[in-house]
Amino acid sequence: MNTVATTNETVFTGRNKIHPHKFALYVACASIVMLFTAFTSAYIVRQASGNWLEFRLPDLFFVNTGVILLSSLTLQTSYWSFKRDKKEAYRGLLTLSFLLGLTFLVLQYKAWQSMAEIGVMLDGNPSGSFIYLISGVHAAHVLGGIAALFVALTHAFILPVKATPRRTLRFELVLIYWHFVGFLWLYLLGFFVVSAG
Amino acid sequence: MATAANKSTAPAQHDVDLLIEEYGYDDHFHEHHEGDKYQSNFFTTYIFSQDHKMIARQFLITGMFWAVIGGLMSLVFRLQLGFPEESLAWLKPVLGKWITINADTGLGTLAPEFYYALVTMHGTIIVFFVLTAGLSGTFSNLLIPLQVGARDMASPFLNMLSYWFFFMAGLVMFFSLFLSTGPFAGGWTAYPPLSALPQASSGSAGGMTLWLISLTFFVVSVLLGGVNYITTVLNLRTKGMNMWRLPLTIWAFFVTAVLGLLSFPVLVSGFFLLIFDRTLGTSFFLNEIFVGGQALDHVGGSPILYQHLFWFLGHPEVYIIILPAMGIVSEVLSVHSRKPIFGYKAMVFSILAIGFLSFIVWAHHMFMSGVNPFISNFFVVFTLIIAVPSAVKVFNWITTIYGGNIRFTSAALFGVGFVSMFISGGLTGIFLGNSAIDIQMHDTYFVVAHFHIVMGVAAFFGMFAGVYHWFPKMFGRFMNETMGKVHFWGTMIGAYAIFWPMHYLGMAGVPRRYYRFDNFDTFSHFSAMNQFITVAAILVFAMQIIFIVNFFRSIWFGKKMTSRNPYGANTLEWTTPIDVPHGNWPGKIPAVQRWAYDYGKGGEENVSQIVPLAEGEHDQGH
Ligand code: HEM
Ligand SMILES: [Cu+2]
Repeated sequence: MNTVATTNETVFTGRNKIHPHKFALYVACASIVMLFTAFTSAYIVRQASGNWLEFRLPDLFFVNTGVILLSSLTLQTSYWSFKRDKKEAYRGLLTLSFLLGLTFLVLQYKAWQSMAEIGVMLDGNPSGSFIYLISGVHAAHVLGGIAALFVALTHAFILPVKATPRRTLRFELVLIYWHFVGFLWLYLLGFFVVSAG
Repeated sequence: MATAANKSTAPAQHDVDLLIEEYGYDDHFHEHHEGDKYQSNFFTTYIFSQDHKMIARQFLITGMFWAVIGGLMSLVFRLQLGFPEESLAWLKPVLGKWITINADTGLGTLAPEFYYALVTMHGTIIVFFVLTAGLSGTFSNLLIPLQVGARDMASPFLNMLSYWFFFMAGLVMFFSLFLSTGPFAGGWTAYPPLSALPQASSGSAGGMTLWLISLTFFVVSVLLGGVNYITTVLNLRTKGMNMWRLPLTIWAFFVTAVLGLLSFPVLVSGFFLLIFDRTLGTSFFLNEIFVGGQALDHVGGSPILYQHLFWFLGHPEVYIIILPAMGIVSEVLSVHSRKPIFGYKAMVFSILAIGFLSFIVWAHHMFMSGVNPFISNFFVVFTLIIAVPSAVKVFNWITTIYGGNIRFTSAALFGVGFVSMFISGGLTGIFLGNSAIDIQMHDTYFVVAHFHIVMGVAAFFGMFAGVYHWFPKMFGRFMNETMGKVHFWGTMIGAYAIFWPMHYLGMAGVPRRYYRFDNFDTFSHFSAMNQFITVAAILVFAMQIIFIVNFFRSIWFGKKMTSRNPYGANTLEWTTPIDVPHGNWPGKIPAVQRWAYDYGKGGEENVSQIVPLAEGEHDQGH
């Protein structure tokens, strides 16, 4: 990992406005967006052909939207604190974001359980299967973000707090991705609500 | 090759060094990289290399391995189609239980299930492993950093991972060939229900599971590679290299990577739905199915949905295959006819137009799947519009070589062969793009002929052109030209001999993916034609052995490269030392002063991109 970072720091010539790693992350996000666009298009196409069970979305989905948006906010604030060398706020808010991320996953799981309780099963009508699938794949992407947050957390507590360019970049990468999965959820929930009519 | 080298008027070596020293860009690379830790032993140099040039060679050689496997498979099923009565008992040692021997007559027959498995694996392997990874993987890796003037890819580590995911994809697919139930056998497009129900056919069980795992690894490889290619082209270009000065190779690789990043995730979404249907009992693609007289629980799904998801990738995928070949051919034809590429900007815009249009034509593969005919009309129109940028490119290639001082090297020959194939196959595409004609042609040998010529053979030709042309860059030696020419003419004539007759078969309605035709009265008079095709296929395969021998022999015994710019080309990869070091340039990175196609300008045979513009000289590339 170390050699890679050094390689890139030297390859990156500084004549560019945006760091290649950050740019690469944007490109990767575009590709993830295509994945979910495909899912939601498939949903629309399938819905249009009838035999479509309608049901109420779990309330927890809405609660959880608050959770993930809040975690975006705490992470952003943690980043600002990091830049201003406010050690306590940086560490505290980062931990909080990490915990909120975990909470999101647990609550998504509860939401699936509540769907099953009202009889909407994974292997039932595709209208339910789609919700499970799409929110499940989204949760997998959140899990990736949590893994990144975990690495950030170990850095925060093990390394001395100092906003070097390299650590700022790393933090920014985590931050961008985390905002991304948050907004992705916002889009997905909006889609579910609108398409259910 | 000797003539090519002599003719070149490349500036003497010290000129290049002086130009780089004077105008180049100093990124202090070597101050940080003395005695690179990660390139110091055998494993980090040859196996887990992070150097784009080594990764390119890994992609190429792995791709060649798969090409041999995929090619041999086609020979087996061609033998079955051409000579259904002949005994295949001699294949028993290799194919084992897939050849059944009749106890009385001793006649060995190929199991029909295995015939389907062969056709499926042939398609999957050639489309994904050879013409995607072997072509775009090889040349994007080799040329993007060298031609844009970068030390390496944006992330050498992800680049290495990209190769190893490809490798694992291959490993899993290879393993599936040895399952007792055989590899997946439902066609390279993997339509449900054959792909969605493990009990649907023997290959649908473990074979399909491994197919999905393999292709998922493969998509990861494409995405990791693509992120790198895009980022490198946009962010790591050297000083002076604006987008309008990029060689067409780079434009092609760039758009290819964009297409891959936007379309492969859609395929993955289809895979997710398939995996759920297969293992978790959902019914995304399944509806009211009976297997062995037994009604299944699955209701409410739609197999057409899969076709939409597959072809939303599938059509861009065919351009992911052909665009790199187009880029390579543009560069090779221009260099070897000593003329600027004709209509550089038109070439760029047609690459972009093809890239864009390729996303809105996918349903032309589904005219016969029961899509609404009014919706079909929309797809007919856009499909036919794709012919316009395609024709622009063909026109420009022909105009580029027209009146040129062509050196008929193997690379140039394959470039010209590519153009010929692309014209032949593109024309039949226009037939198929009309939904009314497609009613007759769909799923016949006409389609097989169309896509093998326009994609299969043409892309292979692009790849060959690239290998012959950049072999010295990869291995410091030249390939043998005589063998190259034999390879070209044999393959060119042979490939037409294989695929031209298939158009007639298709027009007569001979369906693709049938195990044998001799028991249909309507088709029985085609048996001689089928034999002819099979013989031609065997000969073409033999021609590829010449190539492979030439390739490996030349790595060690080929004529050594003695000057750094043997073809008198303008692009940056020919300004590196013959033995290209890690980081590509020993000192500064060269700065770019002009576009890549100044051939025959102002009496000079060629002017490298690093030569500054003269007073008042106009740069074509801005
Ligand atoms: C002038 C441009 C082209 C047009 C109008 C065109 C049109 C079509 C149509 C309508 C089909 C569907 C036929 C059927 O299944 O009934 C088809 C199949 C196909 N085309 Fe093209 N095509 C064009 C160029 C290309 C190019 C450049 C490639 C690849 C490099 C390509 C690769 C394929 C493949 C792989 C299939 C068949 C896939 C399968 O069913 O297994 N085509 N084409
Ligand atoms: Cu197509």
